[in-house]
Amino acid sequence: MSRTREGTRVPAPLLIPAAIGVLFLTLPLAGLLIRTPWSQLGTQLTAPGVGQALRLSLVSATLATGLSLLLGVPLAWVLARSRARGRTVLRALVTVPLMLPPVVGGVALFLVLGRQGIVGSWLDQAFGLTIPFTTTAVVIAETFVAMPFLVISVEGALRAADARFEDVAATLGAGRWTTFRRVTLPLVAPGIAAGAVLCWARALGEFGATITFAGNFPGTTQTMPLSVYLALQRDPDAAIVLSVLLLGVSLATLLLLRDRWLGRAGTA
Amino acid sequence: MRVPVLLLPLLLALSACTAQDADAPPEEAAAGSAAPAADELSGTLTVFAAASLTDVFTALGEELEAQHPRLEVEFNFAGSSALAGQIAQGAPADVFASADEVQMDRLTGEALVESTDVFAQNAMMLAVPVENPAGIALPGGGGVPTLATLLPDDVTMAVCAPEVPCGALSAQLLEAAGLADVPDTYEEDVRAVLTKVQLGEVDAGLVYVTDVRASGGSVLAFGFREGIAPRNAYPVGVLEDAPNPAAARAFTDLLLSEEGQRVLTDAGFFEP
Repeated sequence: MSRTREGTRVPAPLLIPAAIGVLFLTLPLAGLLIRTPWSQLGTQLTAPGVGQALRLSLVSATLATGLSLLLGVPLAWVLARSRARGRTVLRALVTVPLMLPPVVGGVALFLVLGRQGIVGSWLDQAFGLTIPFTTTAVVIAETFVAMPFLVISVEGALRAADARFEDVAATLGAGRWTTFRRVTLPLVAPGIAAGAVLCWARALGEFGATITFAGNFPGTTQTMPLSVYLALQRDPDAAIVLSVLLLGVSLATLLLLRDRWLGRAGTA
Repeated sequence: MRVPVLLLPLLLALSACTAQDADAPPEEAAAGSAAPAADELSGTLTVFAAASLTDVFTALGEELEAQHPRLEVEFNFAGSSALAGQIAQGAPADVFASADEVQMDRLTGEALVESTDVFAQNAMMLAVPVENPAGIALPGGGGVPTLATLLPDDVTMAVCAPEVPCGALSAQLLEAAGLADVPDTYEEDVRAVLTKVQLGEVDAGLVYVTDVRASGGSVLAFGFREGIAPRNAYPVGVLEDAPNPAAARAFTDLLLSEEGQRVLTDAGFFEP
């Protein structure tokens, strides 16, 4: 008991920067809460379009996270486990959206999936499908920006996981797919959960790629960050209320999930 | 691990809210604003101006710098609403030029601006990609068409968001034409509308006449009856707390002078 306590005591040189770090990250939040016009809260929250924007944000961020899991976990496995050449280049390419300004990401999506884009013009002619200015475009923009967060988390977890478990499974006759499903996945589940949370949070706050590629239309493509940005032009108080609402809902979601989902991640 | 993960959504949402402030030039105008006795202007002049004024104001700023070698003119171009917000938050500006009177009135209402003069007006046109995917054309019979006769039924259209001046005007025009539910996207400023037209991602967009002029032939443009007359006035004002009031007045004088008016009309603006 006393050993663990001694082991977790924070060394003084770390304590002060850590405390400043906490203040730096939380003071703006405090400022937002202090400045919130609580008396207007009711009217602002029931204003037309607020519920719509919030619902759209939650749905599109969740869909983007689902899509990222579907594509990102296998991709992370390839980056962490395969011995193919060009993996380093592949990893660098996959993380490009992390460095790219999201607005540029939105323009890049236009050039591929837009009406005049390489793939988009074909979709338009062959199936009459146009992606920009639809909710699909919101999900695509958010996935493009958020998936690298998931890939990096899961790849890190895969590298940290003990590969000997997989070797043992193989010697016991498990096929590669069975090994992945029954051994690897449970082993890195906490990493996947953490990555999914990061990815969801990034998707929820996505602004630049969304407003560029998906446009801004109430109910279809106007997510909370977009409506906050536009409210800021007209009525800063409304923007603050909307931000506090988004914060409240996302915190509540994460806290709710934590018990059933991240709860295991925390103890693992 | 758990704590940072939970803090992340806060940061992301916060960064979205504070992006506006980051646009404000951080530095104060240089100390020692022009002494009233000396007629030579010096120091820094900071001008906050609507995005649609980018090209003309840059030219006029260079002109003023040429007249006063010790003066440096700096610009902050953005949507008028965002700029008015920044000034209300204490951004150190000398001059504010807005794309409509609503945003200027926000500042005169709080006694942040001394007095204002309208220096130009603008009109609207329908910008269409060069490929013209919706086949927008002038209806037969001659004369200037109305917006309703120009627009096909299932057109994909971009306009400015109603929160910014060009969007307020667009909403007014569309409402009057009974076309309020035609737009597919409400963009954050007029240059974003122009970009979507240039990329060919929308069939049409409502932009200022001056944006069509500035686009250098990369879009087709149609005038329409409701928009072609001057529709929005551009007021300019010297700020009450201007760090460099003498230079600020020199700039507004230049704007209203014959030469300033010539530069503006050359760019497609209408005289006030």
